[in-house]
Amino acid sequence: MNFIQFLSSSAIPIVIAIIVIYGLLEKNKVYDTFVEGAKEGMEIVVKLFPTLLGLFIAIGALRSSGVLDCIIQFISPITNVLHIPSEIMPLAILRPISGSASTAVATDIMNNFGVDSKIGLIASTIMGSTETTFYTIAIYTSCVGIKKIRFVLACALLGDLVGMLISVVIWGFLS
Amino acid sequence: MLNILWPAFILISFLYGILQGNVEAINQTIFESAKNAVELTITFFGTLCLWNGIMKIAQETSFTIKLTKLLKPAIDFLFPEIKHNEKAKEEISMNMIANILGLGNAATPLGLKAMKTLQKENSKKDTVSNSMAMFIVINTASLQLIPTTVIAIRASLASNNPTQIIFPVWGATIAAFITAVLATKIMITIDKKRKNSFDFKNKK
Repeated sequence: MNFIQFLSSSAIPIVIAIIVIYGLLEKNKVYDTFVEGAKEGMEIVVKLFPTLLGLFIAIGALRSSGVLDCIIQFISPITNVLHIPSEIMPLAILRPISGSASTAVATDIMNNFGVDSKIGLIASTIMGSTETTFYTIAIYTSCVGIKKIRFVLACALLGDLVGMLISVVIWGFLS
Repeated sequence: MLNILWPAFILISFLYGILQGNVEAINQTIFESAKNAVELTITFFGTLCLWNGIMKIAQETSFTIKLTKLLKPAIDFLFPEIKHNEKAKEEISMNMIANILGLGNAATPLGLKAMKTLQKENSKKDTVSNSMAMFIVINTASLQLIPTTVIAIRASLASNNPTQIIFPVWGATIAAFITAVLATKIMITIDKKRKNSFDFKNKK
Protein backbone atom coordinates (compact mmCIF):
# COMPACT_ATOMS: atom_id res chain seq x y z
CA MET A 1 0.00 0.00 0.00
CA ASN A 2 2.83 2.41 0.90
CA PHE A 3 4.64 1.54 -2.29
CA ILE A 4 1.54 2.16 -4.36
CA GLN A 5 1.07 5.47 -2.60
CA PHE A 6 4.68 6.42 -3.32
CA LEU A 7 4.32 5.46 -6.98
CA SER A 8 1.04 7.36 -7.32
CA SER A 9 2.42 10.51 -5.80
CA SER A 10 5.68 10.43 -7.75
CA ALA A 11 4.08 9.47 -11.08
CA ILE A 12 3.09 13.02 -11.92
CA PRO A 13 6.38 14.77 -11.16
CA ILE A 14 8.19 12.03 -13.11
CA VAL A 15 5.91 12.39 -16.13
CA ILE A 16 6.32 16.18 -16.10
CA ALA A 17 10.10 15.89 -15.80
CA ILE A 18 10.35 13.40 -18.68
CA ILE A 19 8.23 15.56 -20.95
CA VAL A 20 10.18 18.74 -20.15
CA ILE A 21 13.53 16.98 -20.67
CA TYR A 22 12.27 15.70 -24.02
CA GLY A 23 11.28 19.19 -25.01
CA LEU A 24 14.67 20.59 -23.98
CA LEU A 25 16.61 17.89 -25.83
CA GLU A 26 14.73 18.71 -29.00
CA LYS A 27 15.25 22.43 -28.58
CA ASN A 28 11.54 23.07 -28.32
CA LYS A 29 10.68 26.47 -26.84
CA VAL A 30 9.16 24.62 -23.92
CA TYR A 31 7.91 27.66 -22.04
CA ASP A 32 6.15 29.16 -25.06
CA THR A 33 4.57 25.81 -25.83
CA PHE A 34 3.49 25.42 -22.22
CA VAL A 35 1.86 28.84 -22.15
CA GLU A 36 0.05 28.14 -25.40
CA GLY A 37 -1.28 24.86 -24.04
CA ALA A 38 -2.32 26.47 -20.77
CA LYS A 39 -4.26 29.06 -22.75
CA GLU A 40 -6.21 26.26 -24.43
CA GLY A 41 -6.87 24.79 -21.00
CA MET A 42 -8.34 28.12 -19.96
CA GLU A 43 -10.82 27.93 -22.83
CA ILE A 44 -11.93 24.48 -21.66
CA VAL A 45 -12.59 25.76 -18.15
CA VAL A 46 -14.45 28.84 -19.38
CA LYS A 47 -16.62 26.66 -21.61
CA LEU A 48 -17.24 24.18 -18.82
CA PHE A 49 -18.37 26.70 -16.20
CA PRO A 50 -21.91 27.53 -17.43
CA THR A 51 -22.84 23.83 -17.82
CA LEU A 52 -21.34 23.04 -14.46
CA LEU A 53 -23.31 25.84 -12.84
CA GLY A 54 -26.60 24.71 -14.37
CA LEU A 55 -26.07 21.10 -13.39
CA PHE A 56 -24.86 21.85 -9.89
CA ILE A 57 -28.13 23.63 -9.25
CA ALA A 58 -30.24 20.81 -10.71
CA ILE A 59 -28.37 18.12 -8.79
CA GLY A 60 -28.31 20.20 -5.62
CA ALA A 61 -32.09 20.50 -5.89
CA LEU A 62 -32.44 16.73 -6.42
CA ARG A 63 -30.38 16.08 -3.31
CA SER A 64 -31.88 18.65 -0.96
CA SER A 65 -35.48 17.85 -1.92
CA GLY A 66 -34.89 14.19 -1.04
CA VAL A 67 -35.48 12.82 -4.56
CA LEU A 68 -31.96 11.43 -4.78
CA ASP A 69 -32.29 9.56 -1.47
CA CYS A 70 -35.61 8.23 -2.65
CA ILE A 71 -34.07 6.88 -5.86
CA ILE A 72 -31.12 5.41 -3.96
CA GLN A 73 -33.45 3.63 -1.54
CA PHE A 74 -35.50 2.32 -4.43
CA ILE A 75 -32.54 0.70 -6.17
CA SER A 76 -30.61 -0.38 -3.08
CA PRO A 77 -32.04 -3.94 -3.01
CA ILE A 78 -30.50 -4.56 -6.44
CA THR A 79 -27.19 -2.87 -5.71
CA ASN A 80 -26.89 -4.62 -2.33
CA VAL A 81 -26.99 -8.01 -4.04
CA LEU A 82 -24.17 -6.90 -6.34
CA HIS A 83 -22.25 -5.30 -3.44
CA ILE A 84 -22.26 -1.91 -5.15
CA PRO A 85 -22.75 1.13 -2.91
CA SER A 86 -26.12 2.52 -4.08
CA GLU A 87 -24.86 6.10 -3.58
CA ILE A 88 -22.76 5.51 -6.71
CA MET A 89 -25.73 4.62 -8.92
CA PRO A 90 -26.74 8.16 -10.01
CA LEU A 91 -23.17 8.61 -11.27
CA ALA A 92 -23.10 5.23 -12.99
CA ILE A 93 -26.32 6.04 -14.85
CA LEU A 94 -25.32 9.56 -15.91
CA ARG A 95 -21.69 8.82 -16.78
CA PRO A 96 -22.24 7.51 -20.34
CA ILE A 97 -24.86 10.19 -21.09
CA SER A 98 -23.30 13.50 -20.10
CA GLY A 99 -19.75 14.49 -19.24
CA SER A 100 -20.60 17.70 -17.44
CA ALA A 101 -23.56 16.19 -15.57
CA SER A 102 -21.47 13.27 -14.37
CA THR A 103 -18.65 15.62 -13.34
CA ALA A 104 -21.19 17.55 -11.27
CA VAL A 105 -22.63 14.37 -9.70
CA ALA A 106 -19.17 12.95 -8.93
CA THR A 107 -18.13 16.22 -7.28
CA ASP A 108 -21.36 16.23 -5.31
CA ILE A 109 -20.66 12.67 -4.12
CA MET A 110 -17.08 13.54 -3.12
CA ASN A 111 -18.31 16.63 -1.28
CA ASN A 112 -21.01 14.74 0.60
CA PHE A 113 -19.28 11.49 1.50
CA GLY A 114 -15.69 12.80 1.62
CA VAL A 115 -13.10 12.85 -1.18
CA ASP A 116 -11.03 10.16 0.51
CA SER A 117 -13.93 8.00 1.65
CA LYS A 118 -14.48 4.68 -0.11
CA ILE A 119 -17.45 6.08 -2.04
CA GLY A 120 -15.50 9.21 -2.99
CA LEU A 121 -12.63 7.08 -4.26
CA ILE A 122 -14.95 4.84 -6.28
CA ALA A 123 -16.60 7.91 -7.82
CA SER A 124 -13.16 9.32 -8.74
CA THR A 125 -12.08 6.03 -10.29
CA ILE A 126 -15.28 5.73 -12.34
CA MET A 127 -14.82 9.29 -13.61
CA GLY A 128 -11.22 8.60 -14.57
CA SER A 129 -11.77 5.28 -16.27
CA THR A 130 -14.90 5.80 -18.37
CA GLU A 131 -16.02 8.18 -21.11
CA THR A 132 -19.19 9.96 -22.21
CA THR A 133 -20.11 7.11 -24.53
CA PHE A 134 -23.35 8.48 -26.06
CA TYR A 135 -21.84 11.86 -26.83
CA THR A 136 -18.72 10.34 -28.41
CA ILE A 137 -20.73 8.02 -30.64
CA ALA A 138 -23.04 10.88 -31.64
CA ILE A 139 -20.30 13.26 -32.81
CA TYR A 140 -18.18 10.58 -34.49
CA THR A 141 -21.07 9.24 -36.54
CA SER A 142 -22.85 12.51 -37.33
CA CYS A 143 -19.71 14.14 -38.77
CA VAL A 144 -19.69 11.66 -41.67
CA GLY A 145 -23.46 11.22 -41.92
CA ILE A 146 -23.67 7.68 -40.56
CA LYS A 147 -27.01 6.48 -39.24
CA LYS A 148 -26.56 2.75 -38.59
CA ILE A 149 -24.06 1.99 -35.86
CA ARG A 150 -24.53 -1.81 -35.68
CA PHE A 151 -23.12 -3.16 -32.39
CA VAL A 152 -21.06 -0.09 -31.44
CA LEU A 153 -23.26 1.17 -28.60
CA ALA A 154 -23.63 -2.28 -27.01
CA CYS A 155 -19.87 -2.94 -27.04
CA ALA A 156 -19.04 0.54 -25.72
CA LEU A 157 -21.56 0.29 -22.88
CA LEU A 158 -20.29 -3.17 -21.98
CA GLY A 159 -16.83 -1.62 -21.61
CA ASP A 160 -18.23 1.14 -19.37
CA LEU A 161 -20.01 -1.42 -17.21
CA VAL A 162 -16.83 -3.46 -16.74
CA GLY A 163 -14.86 -0.28 -15.92
CA MET A 164 -17.39 0.66 -13.25
CA LEU A 165 -17.53 -2.81 -11.71
CA ILE A 166 -13.73 -2.99 -11.57
CA SER A 167 -13.65 0.46 -9.90
CA VAL A 168 -15.97 -0.85 -7.18
CA VAL A 169 -14.08 -4.15 -6.81
CA ILE A 170 -10.64 -2.48 -6.59
CA TRP A 171 -11.68 -0.20 -3.73
CA GLY A 172 -13.40 -3.13 -2.04
CA PHE A 173 -9.95 -4.73 -1.87
CA LEU A 174 -7.90 -1.61 -1.07
CA SER A 175 -10.03 -0.16 1.71
CA MET B 1 -30.42 15.15 -23.86
CA LEU B 2 -29.79 17.68 -21.14
CA ASN B 3 -32.61 19.81 -22.49
CA ILE B 4 -34.90 17.09 -21.17
CA LEU B 5 -32.94 15.99 -18.10
CA TRP B 6 -32.24 19.44 -16.70
CA PRO B 7 -35.81 20.75 -16.50
CA ALA B 8 -36.94 17.29 -15.33
CA PHE B 9 -34.44 17.35 -12.45
CA ILE B 10 -35.54 20.80 -11.38
CA LEU B 11 -39.30 20.25 -11.68
CA ILE B 12 -39.24 16.85 -9.98
CA SER B 13 -37.18 18.25 -7.11
CA PHE B 14 -39.52 21.22 -6.79
CA LEU B 15 -42.67 19.06 -6.72
CA TYR B 16 -41.16 16.52 -4.35
CA GLY B 17 -39.90 19.34 -2.14
CA ILE B 18 -43.37 20.84 -1.87
CA LEU B 19 -44.91 17.46 -1.05
CA GLN B 20 -42.27 16.80 1.60
CA GLY B 21 -42.45 20.37 2.87
CA ASN B 22 -38.76 21.15 2.46
CA VAL B 23 -38.84 23.92 -0.11
CA GLU B 24 -36.69 25.90 2.30
CA ALA B 25 -33.83 23.41 1.80
CA ILE B 26 -34.11 23.73 -1.96
CA ASN B 27 -34.01 27.50 -1.69
CA GLN B 28 -30.76 27.32 0.26
CA THR B 29 -29.25 24.75 -2.08
CA ILE B 30 -29.80 26.81 -5.21
CA PHE B 31 -27.52 29.58 -4.00
CA GLU B 32 -25.08 27.23 -2.36
CA SER B 33 -24.75 25.25 -5.60
CA ALA B 34 -24.01 28.40 -7.58
CA LYS B 35 -21.28 29.27 -5.10
CA ASN B 36 -19.89 25.71 -5.21
CA ALA B 37 -19.73 25.78 -9.01
CA VAL B 38 -17.65 28.97 -8.92
CA GLU B 39 -15.36 27.65 -6.18
CA LEU B 40 -14.77 24.36 -7.97
CA THR B 41 -14.08 26.05 -11.29
CA ILE B 42 -11.59 28.45 -9.76
CA THR B 43 -9.75 25.72 -7.89
CA PHE B 44 -9.36 23.39 -10.81
CA PHE B 45 -8.66 26.21 -13.23
CA GLY B 46 -4.96 26.11 -12.35
CA THR B 47 -4.46 22.35 -12.44
CA LEU B 48 -6.28 21.90 -15.71
CA CYS B 49 -4.28 24.65 -17.46
CA LEU B 50 -1.06 23.21 -16.05
CA TRP B 51 -1.80 19.81 -17.60
CA ASN B 52 -2.82 21.20 -20.89
CA GLY B 53 0.45 23.11 -21.01
CA ILE B 54 2.60 20.09 -20.14
CA MET B 55 0.81 17.80 -22.56
CA LYS B 56 1.17 20.40 -25.30
CA ILE B 57 4.94 20.11 -24.90
CA ALA B 58 4.63 16.34 -25.16
CA GLN B 59 2.59 16.68 -28.33
CA GLU B 60 5.20 18.85 -30.04
CA THR B 61 8.20 16.63 -29.32
CA SER B 62 9.24 13.25 -30.66
CA PHE B 63 7.60 11.83 -27.52
CA THR B 64 4.56 11.60 -29.79
CA ILE B 65 6.49 9.86 -32.58
CA LYS B 66 7.85 7.33 -30.08
CA LEU B 67 4.33 6.65 -28.90
CA THR B 68 3.12 6.25 -32.49
CA LYS B 69 5.79 3.58 -33.05
CA LEU B 70 4.73 1.82 -29.86
CA LEU B 71 1.13 1.88 -31.04
CA LYS B 72 1.84 0.49 -34.51
CA PRO B 73 1.45 -3.23 -33.73
CA ALA B 74 -1.68 -2.47 -31.73
CA ILE B 75 -3.18 -0.52 -34.61
CA ASP B 76 -2.40 -3.26 -37.11
CA PHE B 77 -4.15 -5.73 -34.81
CA LEU B 78 -7.17 -3.51 -34.18
CA PHE B 79 -7.66 -2.38 -37.77
CA PRO B 80 -6.69 -5.29 -40.06
CA GLU B 81 -8.82 -3.92 -42.89
CA ILE B 82 -6.89 -0.68 -43.37
CA LYS B 83 -3.38 -2.17 -43.30
CA HIS B 84 -2.44 -0.30 -46.48
CA ASN B 85 -4.12 3.00 -45.70
CA GLU B 86 -1.19 4.83 -44.08
CA LYS B 87 -3.10 8.09 -43.81
CA ALA B 88 -5.96 6.55 -41.85
CA LYS B 89 -3.53 4.71 -39.59
CA GLU B 90 -1.59 7.88 -38.86
CA GLU B 91 -4.71 9.87 -38.03
CA ILE B 92 -5.98 7.08 -35.80
CA SER B 93 -2.72 6.90 -33.86
CA MET B 94 -2.60 10.71 -33.47
CA ASN B 95 -6.11 10.58 -32.03
CA MET B 96 -5.21 7.76 -29.65
CA ILE B 97 -2.13 9.62 -28.47
CA ALA B 98 -4.08 12.81 -27.82
CA ASN B 99 -6.50 10.68 -25.79
CA ILE B 100 -3.69 9.02 -23.88
CA LEU B 101 -2.18 12.41 -23.07
CA GLY B 102 -5.58 13.61 -21.90
CA LEU B 103 -5.89 16.33 -24.54
CA GLY B 104 -9.60 15.86 -25.20
CA ASN B 105 -9.84 19.07 -27.20
CA ALA B 106 -7.10 17.93 -29.56
CA ALA B 107 -8.34 14.33 -29.73
CA THR B 108 -11.80 15.08 -31.07
CA PRO B 109 -10.82 17.04 -34.22
CA LEU B 110 -8.14 14.41 -34.99
CA GLY B 111 -10.70 11.66 -34.50
CA LEU B 112 -13.21 13.33 -36.80
CA LYS B 113 -10.50 13.65 -39.45
CA ALA B 114 -9.80 9.92 -39.16
CA MET B 115 -13.53 9.20 -39.49
CA LYS B 116 -13.62 11.16 -42.75
CA THR B 117 -10.66 9.18 -44.11
CA LEU B 118 -12.30 5.90 -43.09
CA GLN B 119 -15.57 6.95 -44.70
CA LYS B 120 -13.80 7.13 -48.09
CA GLU B 121 -13.12 3.38 -47.89
CA ASN B 122 -16.53 2.56 -46.49
CA SER B 123 -18.73 0.66 -48.94
CA LYS B 124 -22.05 1.44 -47.21
CA LYS B 125 -22.02 5.16 -46.53
CA ASP B 126 -24.82 5.20 -43.94
CA THR B 127 -23.46 2.30 -41.87
CA VAL B 128 -20.29 2.07 -39.82
CA SER B 129 -17.56 -0.10 -41.35
CA ASN B 130 -15.68 -2.59 -39.20
CA SER B 131 -12.72 -0.24 -38.81
CA MET B 132 -15.01 2.65 -37.90
CA ALA B 133 -16.84 0.53 -35.32
CA MET B 134 -13.54 -0.36 -33.68
CA PHE B 135 -12.34 3.24 -33.82
CA ILE B 136 -15.48 4.64 -32.17
CA VAL B 137 -15.48 1.95 -29.48
CA ILE B 138 -11.84 2.81 -28.68
CA ASN B 139 -12.78 6.46 -28.36
CA THR B 140 -15.58 5.63 -25.94
CA ALA B 141 -13.05 3.87 -23.70
CA SER B 142 -11.13 6.46 -21.72
CA LEU B 143 -7.51 5.71 -22.64
CA GLN B 144 -5.99 8.34 -20.40
CA LEU B 145 -2.52 8.06 -18.92
CA ILE B 146 -3.29 10.55 -16.17
CA PRO B 147 -6.91 11.30 -15.24
CA THR B 148 -6.20 15.01 -14.94
CA THR B 149 -9.71 16.37 -14.48
CA VAL B 150 -10.54 14.03 -11.60
CA ILE B 151 -7.21 14.75 -9.94
CA ALA B 152 -7.89 18.47 -10.28
CA ILE B 153 -11.31 18.07 -8.69
CA ARG B 154 -9.93 15.92 -5.89
CA ALA B 155 -7.20 18.47 -5.20
CA SER B 156 -9.76 21.27 -5.10
CA LEU B 157 -11.80 19.33 -2.53
CA ALA B 158 -8.73 19.15 -0.27
CA SER B 159 -8.04 15.43 -0.67
CA ASN B 160 -5.14 14.04 1.37
CA ASN B 161 -3.82 12.32 -1.72
CA PRO B 162 -5.45 13.48 -4.96
CA THR B 163 -3.35 11.14 -7.11
CA GLN B 164 -4.15 8.04 -5.05
CA ILE B 165 -6.60 6.92 -7.73
CA ILE B 166 -4.13 6.65 -10.62
CA PHE B 167 -3.40 2.92 -10.35
CA PRO B 168 -7.01 1.89 -9.72
CA VAL B 169 -8.00 4.04 -12.72
CA TRP B 170 -5.45 2.25 -14.90
CA GLY B 171 -6.78 -1.12 -13.77
CA ALA B 172 -10.38 -0.17 -14.49
CA THR B 173 -9.56 1.52 -17.82
CA ILE B 174 -7.54 -1.42 -19.12
CA ALA B 175 -10.25 -3.89 -18.13
CA ALA B 176 -12.93 -1.74 -19.78
CA PHE B 177 -10.80 -1.25 -22.89
CA ILE B 178 -10.03 -4.94 -23.33
CA THR B 179 -13.66 -5.89 -22.82
CA ALA B 180 -14.96 -3.35 -25.34
CA VAL B 181 -12.32 -4.22 -27.95
CA LEU B 182 -12.82 -7.96 -27.59
CA ALA B 183 -16.60 -7.57 -27.79
CA THR B 184 -16.17 -5.53 -30.98
CA LYS B 185 -13.78 -8.08 -32.50
CA ILE B 186 -16.21 -10.89 -31.72
CA MET B 187 -19.14 -8.99 -33.22
CA ILE B 188 -17.14 -8.26 -36.39
CA THR B 189 -16.28 -11.96 -36.76
CA ILE B 190 -19.92 -13.00 -36.23
CA ASP B 191 -21.08 -10.45 -38.82
CA LYS B 192 -18.53 -11.70 -41.34
CA LYS B 193 -19.59 -15.33 -40.87
CA ARG B 194 -23.22 -14.38 -41.27
CA LYS B 195 -22.44 -12.45 -44.43
CA ASN B 196 -20.37 -15.31 -45.87
CA SER B 197 -23.11 -17.88 -45.39
CA PHE B 198 -25.57 -15.41 -46.90
CA ASP B 199 -23.36 -14.98 -49.99
CA PHE B 200 -22.96 -18.74 -50.21
CA LYS B 201 -26.73 -19.26 -50.26
CA ASN B 202 -27.12 -16.57 -52.90
CA LYS B 203 -24.61 -18.28 -55.17
CA LYS B 204 -26.55 -21.51 -54.97
